[in-house]
Amino acid sequence: MCAQQRSPASVEVAATEIADGPISAVLSPPYRHDLPKAPTGIRGLDEITRGGLPKGRPTLVCGGPGSGKTLLALTFLVKGAVEFDEPGVLLTFEENGDEIADDVASLGFDLPALIKTKKLSVDYVRVERSEIQETGEYDLEGLFVRLNYAIQSTGAKRVVLDTIESLFAGLSNDGILRAELRRLFRWLKDQGVTAVITAERGAGLLTRQGLEEYVSDAVILLDHRVLDQVSTRRLRVVKYRGSYHGTNEYPFLINTQGISVLPVSSLALQHEAPMDRVSTGVSHLDEMLSGKGYYRGSTILVSGTAGTGKTSLAAHFLDAACRRGERCLCFLFEESPQQLLRNMRSIGIDLEPWVASGLLQFHADRPSRYGLETHLVAMHTVVADFKPTVAVLDPVTNLMTVGTHSDVQAMLTRMIDHLKTQNITAMLTSLTPGQTELERTETTISSLMDTWILLANDAVGGEHRRGLYVLKSRGMAHSNDVCEFILTDQGLQMLQKAGAADEASASPDIATGRTGWS
Amino acid sequence: MVVKKSNGVAQYQLRLYIAGQTPRSIAAFTNLKTICDEHLKGRYELEIIDLLQKPLLARGDQILAIPTLVRRLPEPVKKIIGDLSNTERVLVGLDLRPSR
Repeated sequence: MCAQQRSPASVEVAATEIADGPISAVLSPPYRHDLPKAPTGIRGLDEITRGGLPKGRPTLVCGGPGSGKTLLALTFLVKGAVEFDEPGVLLTFEENGDEIADDVASLGFDLPALIKTKKLSVDYVRVERSEIQETGEYDLEGLFVRLNYAIQSTGAKRVVLDTIESLFAGLSNDGILRAELRRLFRWLKDQGVTAVITAERGAGLLTRQGLEEYVSDAVILLDHRVLDQVSTRRLRVVKYRGSYHGTNEYPFLINTQGISVLPVSSLALQHEAPMDRVSTGVSHLDEMLSGKGYYRGSTILVSGTAGTGKTSLAAHFLDAACRRGERCLCFLFEESPQQLLRNMRSIGIDLEPWVASGLLQFHADRPSRYGLETHLVAMHTVVADFKPTVAVLDPVTNLMTVGTHSDVQAMLTRMIDHLKTQNITAMLTSLTPGQTELERTETTISSLMDTWILLANDAVGGEHRRGLYVLKSRGMAHSNDVCEFILTDQGLQMLQKAGAADEASASPDIATGRTGWS
Repeated sequence: MVVKKSNGVAQYQLRLYIAGQTPRSIAAFTNLKTICDEHLKGRYELEIIDLLQKPLLARGDQILAIPTLVRRLPEPVKKIIGDLSNTERVLVGLDLRPSR
């Protein structure tokens, strides 16, 4: 359901981003008077907001329970203190000290140490309605005093109020509260601190108490949706006064390293097209691809039915890349790394030393573990951390179990695009379910591929034979022959040389390929 | 500033938090004095804390609103916020009169 809605949206982004690219490039220096920004240190979010939150102004972060508001706010605060030399103050109305410390620890930082070194100050505000009797006029000067003291004693540049709306539950005079909150946000601006105010999402409103009315500089909305039992977190910058920002919903991930947001910023089709080539790992196949192999930074699809040798071809590619000293990342959606290593050893490809030397890294995940977009964010994160020059996804068709065709296509488009911008040579394997359905899965992604290699099995005269065929390879003169190959204990070996058409015709089924993949 | 009205141990230990001598703070103090003299004569101890001078004390008693009257004794701790202009409510808040 969601897929149909999403794909037009991403097309739209592509259009606006493309339009934006050259225009902003032309108008760049005089046109943009850039607002000063405070980086959040959250991967992706700083890209979407073009540098971070508005410096010296309050930002509202709203979302339902468990949507990641507090973690986002804490990350902003802790990263500010640790990475950007901007001490911070946390005024929390919700959790107790241990929970906050645990949250901060999960980001890899030691809260007590930060407090001790005066980089952070934490104040827990407790409002118990049953303890409080209201009589006559009052204001919230006590809150101001506490906040002011905390800011002064740490020299804070950042302030987080989490979740100030709790005041509405503790105090009954809405009129006073609203007037005081308005005064508070103005006061924060006067202090020149960059503030994050978290708020619970309300029905029909961004926040339950309509705080968006008071905080008008930037509003970020977090969302946590479950569709078909798969949950996806999304983030959207609803408003950012005086600054260009991405307006889409961006999926984000909360994992052991905190929050990562996935910006769809690269759909502008502006990646470079390198001319140098990389070996396929199989010399005959290199020959078939005008003698040199794949283009660096291109995307290769290897498709075929079960047991045709897709993973073996990928293993050759990885092995060759590691021999050249390239960093390789291999995403597995079916096998565990151990299984793959064992299976590849049986055909004489030992990838283990590369794993040991750190050149090759596996990243195995069950497709059903989370939604497609979350997979995408996870993959982005791993790519950003490992910085590979070669990536293998085996097999992408397994992702079909978590989404529809158009969903998977959208996801793979973004992934491939990302890999291309990073100049990463990527190989995707695709499992074709049966002879009749061959085209179905591939057509959705084949247009994104630079090189498409088809593998097929044929039973000829009581013998099982494997064939390989380069269906397309952009930008090079490639062989049009179907070549038979065998898997030996020294790897994949071609039986016919590329171009040996007369020999190939001796086994018509394989040579013409008509029975296998038409 | 401590106003002590005790013969021995004060049964009521009160703290009034203010932030500077604002008209509202002064009103709260005046209203409180009147109420105490009438209902708690000789049984209370009143301490006035100006948060502008002692900002750290705001954390301890969890003060947000100004003025706030805290009844520290007898337990449980009670808080009354506002200028204390509604005597009835203050008496209820101090448990000197059952709430209706």
